[in-house]
Amino acid sequence: MKILVCIKQVPDMESRFRVNSAGTWYEEQDLAFRLNEYDEYAIEQAVRVKEGLGGAADITVLSIGPDRAVEAIKKGLAMGGDRGVHIKADQPHQMDAWQIASLIAAFARDKNFDLIFTGLQSQDRGSGQVGGMVAELLGFACVTTVVGFELNGAVAAIRREMEGGLRGVVRLALPLVVTCQLGLNTPRYPTLPNIMKAKQKELLTFQAADFPVGDSLVQTEKMYPPEKKGRGLVLEGDVNELADKLAAILKEKAPALR
Amino acid sequence: MKALLIAEYRQGKLLESTYELLAFAERLGAEKAFFFIGAEAEAPHFDGKVYFAEAAKYGEYNPDLHKRLVLEAVQKESPDYIVFLHSSYGWDLAPRLAAALKIAQVSEIVGITADGFEVPACNAKMRRLLKPVTAQAVLTIQSGAFSYQGEPGGTPSLVPVELADSASRIEFIGYEAAEKKEVDLARAEVIVSAGRGVGKKENVEIVAALARALGGELGATRPVVDAGWADHSRQVGSSGQTVAPKLYVACGISGSIQHIAGMKKSDFIVAINKDKDAPIGEVANVLVVADLLQFIPALLARLSK
Ligand SMILES: Cc1cc2nc3c(=O)[nH]c(=O)nc-3n(C[C@H](O)[C@H](O)[C@H](O)COP(=O)(O)OP(=O)(O)OC[C@H]3O[C@@H](n4cnc5c(N)ncnc54)[C@H](O)[C@@H]3O)c2cc1C
Ligand SMILES: Nc1ncnc2c1ncn2[C@@H]1O[C@H](COP(=O)(O)O)[C@@H](O)[C@H]1O
Repeated sequence: MKILVCIKQVPDMESRFRVNSAGTWYEEQDLAFRLNEYDEYAIEQAVRVKEGLGGAADITVLSIGPDRAVEAIKKGLAMGGDRGVHIKADQPHQMDAWQIASLIAAFARDKNFDLIFTGLQSQDRGSGQVGGMVAELLGFACVTTVVGFELNGAVAAIRREMEGGLRGVVRLALPLVVTCQLGLNTPRYPTLPNIMKAKQKELLTFQAADFPVGDSLVQTEKMYPPEKKGRGLVLEGDVNELADKLAAILKEKAPALR
Repeated sequence: MKALLIAEYRQGKLLESTYELLAFAERLGAEKAFFFIGAEAEAPHFDGKVYFAEAAKYGEYNPDLHKRLVLEAVQKESPDYIVFLHSSYGWDLAPRLAAALKIAQVSEIVGITADGFEVPACNAKMRRLLKPVTAQAVLTIQSGAFSYQGEPGGTPSLVPVELADSASRIEFIGYEAAEKKEVDLARAEVIVSAGRGVGKKENVEIVAALARALGGELGATRPVVDAGWADHSRQVGSSGQTVAPKLYVACGISGSIQHIAGMKKSDFIVAINKDKDAPIGEVANVLVVADLLQFIPALLARLSK
């Protein structure tokens, strides 16, 4: 069983974002980067499939990004990936989802993967496009928003989430692209011995230019913070004073306190 | 300019949210046609063309067949925009369609300007303005961003679409309802919800204590539920409960689009967050910028007096 997991490094979402000088993306300096939350579930699921097969699977963890992306790949390897693939691109945000998907598909095309796991969406771009596009480009079937995954031979039984907590159950044969939703599993923390082992694992490096893809189909005009409209009262300062103020407000608003 | 609007149908019913597509197309000033896979009696109320296929034949969820059916309609209609809701149906099909046609896709549109489509980024802390480069484009719109005013009406003229070969790789087994409920949040007058900002399971109790002090119920965000810190029935948001209490207190909650979708209709919203820029501030009547672990105990001391 050959498995590909696509992962992306994104900034910590609790950061304060500033717009870059081009006005089209956030300024990366001073931001702490981490593995896209949704992609942790993707790695974990791949490792669980491998464990379910008694180890008879090979997991490639791929990321397109600048040098820092290697850290995300190493985390994937420490969680149980077998090999890292880093496709170097210094300004990946200048590529649209179509180009990212085309790069992934160009890498994957002749490698006979049986299963490809991606996250449902990346937290910074949040487009939720790459997984579905990779599937289309490779001619694979695809199931998105997956919260349950079971493999029986070459057939997967999948639960996908819909609005209001409703789920749909589907069955289909490999090869397959699966986009992973929060709560699909409980991603493991890499242990220290596994972090050490990950350092010895194979890491292949390519340049984005090694895989010619066409022009982008979407152009970014600008990035900006949302307009602060209808914003209510903002209370800041000493905790005790804040507590006095809010207690007074709540005594008016909570029926039980009246 | 022409827009092909992709209706949504589930468990035998047209979804009401389908009409948000009409509101969006009106904002665009586009000529409108619908695409609908369902039962004829459920077709959108609309005076115009509705490309139609039977769900009985093609299933309610079958991205393989539905993609090919949309492609049929696109060929007949030649729309400039193919518009979906940004929903589990829309975000599933849209990228496949865009890649098949090799045209631009813009996801989760919340606004339209002269320079392009506005979409959220960075967990709703930022916005991007995007413009398709290709002549045609696939769009998904955020649910609730374009609301349809009034009663939909009209008589659709159905244009059947068919596939010669309806073999598919995907087998739909059925639906599973949400899990059983520990609590019915919809009845609560006051809801005090815990987000990931509580840090660990034990701290959920601090938020629960505030809920009790205010005579309300404990709610939670999805990561808190996924981590097993609160029961699923307490989850507020697009994949949990939609609530509209008199008072909603959000503790350590960033204010993601999916969470806000479930609580924005609350009468009065208080947010307690250490990050002044957290998007929950966009809907809160009062934002208290503080560490909840220090602030809530101080507040409780005052409420008990
Ligand atoms: C299809 C789909 C459906 C979804 N459905 C839902 C849903 O129904 N409900 C839902 O909630 N989410 C849902 N989500 C997930 C959603 O996108 C967010 O990931 C989630 O809402 C974030 O939860 P949070 O605010 O608790 O955590 P975070 O986004 O991690 O925010 C934590 C917040 O706590 C603050 N904080 C940290 N420490 C402290 C402290 N000591 N004191 C005060 N503040 C602190 C931080 O500043 C931050 O703002 C869905 C996602 C998808 C893709
Ligand atoms: N630069 C990247 N490198 C590898 N995988 C990516 C990259 N960008 C996105 N992906 C994958 O595609 C998913 C959806 O991303 P997006 O379409 O940007 O929301 C992510 O969760 C990743 O699994």
